[in-house]
Amino acid sequence: MKLNTLILSLCGASAFAFAAHAQSITIATVNNGDMIRMQKLTDDFTAKNPDIQLNWVTLEENVLRERVTTDIATKGGQYDVMTIGTYEVPIWAKQNWLLPLDNLGADYDVDDIIPAIRGGLSADGKLYAAPFYGESSFIMYRTDLMEKAGLTMPDAPTWEFVADAARKMTDRANDINGICLRGKAGWGENMAFLTATSNSFGARWFDEQWKPQFDQPEWKQTLEFYVNLMKDAGPAGASSNGFNENLALFQQGKCGMWIDATVAASFVSNPKDSTVADKVGYALAPDNGLGKRGNWLWAWSLAIPAGTQKAEAAQKFVAWATSKAYLDLVASKEGWANVPPGTRTSLYNNPEYQKAAPFAKMTLDSINAADPTNPTVKPVPYTGVQFVAIPEFQGLGTTVGQLFSAALAGQMLVDDALKQAQDAATATMQEGGYIQ
Amino acid sequence: MARSVTTGHKAIATAGAWIVALLIFFPILYTIITSFKSETEAIAGFDLIPSFTTESYAEVQSQYNYFKPFLNSVLLSVGSTVIALAIAIPAAWSMAFSPTRRTKDILMWMLSTKMMPAVAVLFPMYIIFRDLGLLDSRIGLMIMLTMINLPIVVWMLYTYFREIPGEILEAARMDGASLWNEIVYVLTPMAVPGIASTMLLNIILAWNEAFWTIRLTTTDAAPLTAFISSFSSPQGLFWAKLSAASTLAIAPILIMGWFSQKQLVRGLTFGAVK
Amino acid sequence: MATRQTRGLARLMLAPSVIFLFVWMIVPLAITLWFSFQQYNPLNPINDRFVWFANYVIFYSNPAFFAAILNTLVLVASVLAITVIGGILLALLLDQPMWGQGIVRILVISPFFVMPPVAALVWKNMILHPGYGVTADIARFFGLQPIDWFANYPLFSIIMIVAWQWLPFATLILLTSLQSLDGEQKEAAEMDGAGFLSRFWYLTLPHLSRGITVVILIQTIFLLAVYAEILVTTNGGPGFASTNLPFLVYQKASLEFRIGQASAGGIIAVILANIVAFFLMRAVGKNLDK
Repeated sequence: MKLNTLILSLCGASAFAFAAHAQSITIATVNNGDMIRMQKLTDDFTAKNPDIQLNWVTLEENVLRERVTTDIATKGGQYDVMTIGTYEVPIWAKQNWLLPLDNLGADYDVDDIIPAIRGGLSADGKLYAAPFYGESSFIMYRTDLMEKAGLTMPDAPTWEFVADAARKMTDRANDINGICLRGKAGWGENMAFLTATSNSFGARWFDEQWKPQFDQPEWKQTLEFYVNLMKDAGPAGASSNGFNENLALFQQGKCGMWIDATVAASFVSNPKDSTVADKVGYALAPDNGLGKRGNWLWAWSLAIPAGTQKAEAAQKFVAWATSKAYLDLVASKEGWANVPPGTRTSLYNNPEYQKAAPFAKMTLDSINAADPTNPTVKPVPYTGVQFVAIPEFQGLGTTVGQLFSAALAGQMLVDDALKQAQDAATATMQEGGYIQ
Repeated sequence: MARSVTTGHKAIATAGAWIVALLIFFPILYTIITSFKSETEAIAGFDLIPSFTTESYAEVQSQYNYFKPFLNSVLLSVGSTVIALAIAIPAAWSMAFSPTRRTKDILMWMLSTKMMPAVAVLFPMYIIFRDLGLLDSRIGLMIMLTMINLPIVVWMLYTYFREIPGEILEAARMDGASLWNEIVYVLTPMAVPGIASTMLLNIILAWNEAFWTIRLTTTDAAPLTAFISSFSSPQGLFWAKLSAASTLAIAPILIMGWFSQKQLVRGLTFGAVK
Repeated sequence: MATRQTRGLARLMLAPSVIFLFVWMIVPLAITLWFSFQQYNPLNPINDRFVWFANYVIFYSNPAFFAAILNTLVLVASVLAITVIGGILLALLLDQPMWGQGIVRILVISPFFVMPPVAALVWKNMILHPGYGVTADIARFFGLQPIDWFANYPLFSIIMIVAWQWLPFATLILLTSLQSLDGEQKEAAEMDGAGFLSRFWYLTLPHLSRGITVVILIQTIFLLAVYAEILVTTNGGPGFASTNLPFLVYQKASLEFRIGQASAGGIIAVILANIVAFFLMRAVGKNLDK
């Protein structure tokens, strides 16, 4: 047992030595390109703030979400800055788990943040998270294949046009699929796409009394449209395709169209990764003439948990990472094309950025076309375009996503999937006390 | 061996065994190969010959300093193993040499404690760890790993100790050897292979534990399982980078396993040999 | 015969393990049991209250529940079958005289050293990916449509990955056991003119039974808890096709933060594990006493 004690105390000593830094803040981030770039540029921050040391925790999206949510719900106090999305911010702000960002510095220029994004990150008029990058979704299409099909893509197409074009572009013999869409189950995977799409079909998750709406014709129309389109013009095995899988397909020239996150544009237009870099066009997500388009709104944002002891240092970091100066820093080191997009209006007015990013205007238009507080045709009691900002949505969205994924895979009929979705949603809402 | 072995027979056995072995090893081999490819090569189709670029490794290292999680993995797996052995050796010794009617039941009960699904107790555990100040601490994780693997360690040692003939101990006792001497001079030399093997198995299990090591750490105590989690499923296709990170995460334990293979196998019988 | 003194000492030596494990088991179990009677959602605490058995009812009436139980059992049984049969065959093969036996053995045991998330990532991306995986390349080489494993055969794909991880363990134990078989007995049987099959059936297999028991027992403990491979690859889908009980509990706890329901699921998982263990012990446990 002596050895045992010795080891324990030794490790204790070393652990203590690590923790002894006076002002080190721990930042939880997601492992995507823009965040990793920020990590590499932190010398700039530490040079300006020599008394603050940064510890990074980089995790894949799902694990990150699970970790930070557990930590904040238990007040574990492991992080001083958390990377969270537009889904979490309103929920956590309501629980008083986040500190309002009211001390971002004189030159921060809060009003420069794109209004749609800012609205999604505020509660009661206070900003609770600062956007690091924002995205919407739009159509990326192959200009050459579109031409071959004898069609011209309008800037703002309808679903009818897109479905028609997809079927015409499909060329099974040459392994070209007219359209690639998400099918992998998950509230942030297929349900992000399908919920946004359903808005353009006039569907909604809940009515004003929080009654689930999967038994309504709009949802049936949405799901049937999607399943049929994917059957005719989608890739094989679409039910396990998420962002990455579709990106790979598109980059290899196997998709005629792809509706997904606007950040994908910088991947597909980069000749280093993409075989079709010079043949990509962009258009707004389709609509059905009902006044809403099928595009979403998302922003990875930096927030400060209420329990932190180092709020001031954390706020300094958040201000640095989401400032205009940071955009200039990235531009000077890595070029304008690599600047995190979708957060500041001034970026889109910058001619150098417009030149470096041909998809800039379409991105901004897409972001502006999304309205988190009024997402679909009929009124709803929730905020969020491709999600419903209630705590139950992660679980419910994933359950429904699994059902819809099974419908896409042909393992389940559309009607059965909708019926089960309705049942699951009803049970969830009863349990959460929204409905009786 | 008296059995006559024809060269033909040996050749067939060799060919068969090599084919099967390479098939089993292939996923690991291909990962190592891919880690030396560029990203474009990595998704360009089947190719066993990479361009031997180390850019992925450089990229991985610039994103996450490998040595800290590596050191944590070593500390955690070795530390938890030492603690587990310190607790388990006396227990296994006692069960093997002074068995009672309940020994079997105790053993089975110990094994059954492993059947509690970790995922179900994450939340309570997180709160307990928070209140004890053990979140992101190596000690906390070491205790966790020790307790998780203790049943297996006790059982493995027990089955091994049981093979040691009791008569030898009786003889030693007749000679008037004290209990201490009995342990040091008689038991230990006979038990060392079993203990070594148990130690190796436990290091492997602790190294590869990927639930608690990710959930209960942030930076200071994060081992290689957390390291790999920062490379899995990024936005975009980075298979060469993922392969490099995977290779880095498994290489130390793989190499240790290869070199200590004989010792591991010798005791990894759980009493299966009779 | 042990004296009273050594017996007392033996108890003392056993005590730390038993006490630590007991505390380790009972504290989380008690908390889980307590939570399982609560509606407890830290993200939406409005409705939190004591609900008696409501969580069990909800968990039980979840359409995923029976699928999960069935998938858990299928996963455990299939992986056991593959690893035991594959392990015996491999052990027989590796027991033959050959060139390079050491290296072959090293190659065969290697998957055991790979951590589960890495194994899952490697299989998902490098091997089974319908676009860029090796199996897709092979299919295309033969002019076939690549199979999308995780969409069409989700549970089978996961069984394959898990079996790959555990095959080395089974092989090692069975090989060691095989090598302890008395050479003279084998020769005697050969001299009697017994063919390979009858030698295997009447001599080798009975001898291996202890080894097989050990493999089944140890692996079952780990296989009942498989979840990382599912999380990385299929996320339980499509539908609930690859959701097992630990993964269902994981979803409830870490995705939905329904701690009450997750705890109820955890208790159900413990009960299931003990039922499996009970039958396992009755079926194979006597082999251990020999």
